[in-house]
Amino acid sequence: KEKKRSEGRGNRPRVDSLRPLSRRLRHLIYRFVRNTMNACARGRAVVSTNDRAQSGDQHAHTDQPVSLGTTIMAACYKDGVVLGADSRTSTGSYVANRVTDKLTKLSDHIYVCRSGSAADTQNLSAYVIWFLEQHSMELGKEPEVLTAAKLLAKLAYENKSALQAGLIVAGWDEHRGGQVYSIPLGGTMVETKFAIGGSGSAYITGLVDATFREGMTEDECRAWVQRSVTHAMSRDASSGGCVRTVAISAHGVRRDFLEGDKLPL
Amino acid sequence: MSGIGTGYDLSVSTFSPDGRVFQSEYAQKAVDSSGTVLGMCCKDGVLLAAEKLEISKLLEENSNRRTFPIDKHAGAVVAGVSADGRAIVDRAQGEASNYKSMYGDAIPGSVLADRVASYVHVFNLYWYVRPFGVCTMLASYDHNGPQLFMIDPAGTSHKYYGVAVGKGRQGAKNELSKLKLADMTVKEAMFAAAKIMHQVHDGEKGFELELAIVSDETGRLFKRVGKAELQEVEAAAKAAIEAEDLDMSD
Repeated sequence: KEKKRSEGRGNRPRVDSLRPLSRRLRHLIYRFVRNTMNACARGRAVVSTNDRAQSGDQHAHTDQPVSLGTTIMAACYKDGVVLGADSRTSTGSYVANRVTDKLTKLSDHIYVCRSGSAADTQNLSAYVIWFLEQHSMELGKEPEVLTAAKLLAKLAYENKSALQAGLIVAGWDEHRGGQVYSIPLGGTMVETKFAIGGSGSAYITGLVDATFREGMTEDECRAWVQRSVTHAMSRDASSGGCVRTVAISAHGVRRDFLEGDKLPL
Repeated sequence: MSGIGTGYDLSVSTFSPDGRVFQSEYAQKAVDSSGTVLGMCCKDGVLLAAEKLEISKLLEENSNRRTFPIDKHAGAVVAGVSADGRAIVDRAQGEASNYKSMYGDAIPGSVLADRVASYVHVFNLYWYVRPFGVCTMLASYDHNGPQLFMIDPAGTSHKYYGVAVGKGRQGAKNELSKLKLADMTVKEAMFAAAKIMHQVHDGEKGFELELAIVSDETGRLFKRVGKAELQEVEAAAKAAIEAEDLDMSD
């Protein structure tokens, strides 16, 4: 007796050796195989949270990757650069850290804004901090911003299949002054006057394009960064908390913290 | 004092009782008996010059290269065993290229010199290799300014305003010390180098002069000086030498 194959049920793997099993068991196996293959490709936990939530598992939320759903930005002003970021780290819909510092120091005058997977960006930063330190010993002086950006871009590009990291490297050096380098997901490196990144940045692309001015003073630039990040935080669910900024120039580095209840909106 | 044949000079991994490594010193002798090589670091660039003694009358012109580009902004000249020299230049080119791809910028002169020196030094540590019989001069011009380094066969690297090695080094060093290199331009230095080379050259056999520069004029690119300009400079240098001889004989 020929059994009719039903059509239009999507791309279930069709394995004839499973035919003898009951239909319910067979489909359970198909779903498991597909899930595993997809999860492996993305490097995630194998069991999907939906299944576990349905079956009443209390710890389903821990399978979600910790992500920096985020707003980050950096801009050049007259004497250097200002970096800014929100402070929310989320695990699914749970805010794991509401006062995160996403502006990481790579060397005295070079900082990086981190977005994407928290684990990926933290480890990338750790590598580059080490590389830069070794490099500055051979060089005999402070490393250049271009070097830090190039090292990160190399790591991002060569490991692109395993990483989810959007980075903005910014800093000041004697050779080229203030610089901003954007390193989005695939590992490209682009130098620009200002850059935005993270999920919240999509909501402020028009705003920053319209309001950026070259050659601002440090205070003007910092206020501009704080206003822009605030706008992004007000619309993006994955961004929030407070606004942290770092201003870097030949004179030094200045960190600022704008509390969540004092945001300019 | 130990000398040749006293048994401490058979391997580079042996010290003599008075603390010398003879093989490294013998390698330096290989350099001392080669054609003169000069390096001059001026205010707007660096100049490298090599006295290429005639190997054979049947040799094609420019076939016996002694100056080599390491990167766009840097170059080298070698004195001593030419084959060894090419191996070092190869390594230096690799280091420069690797640095650029890792760190995104042209290799600074001091870092290049350090790397070449480390490489040369390694061959002074192990008994199963021999030291390079080469003195390498590295010229570079980047945002740190013009720089000239020399690495000797033992692997020591120093930064110089002016340096000379090879057969005519005594005379050349004398002449170099009379020049105020920090105030000269590379153009003036070319003339001075040609003059020194012709003055210290000794022997009936002719020689070919090879000049290479990296300066503001060349757009901070390392280039060999072309035939026309070279002939001009050499003619002027020879004329100046003759004029001096005439003065002296009066």
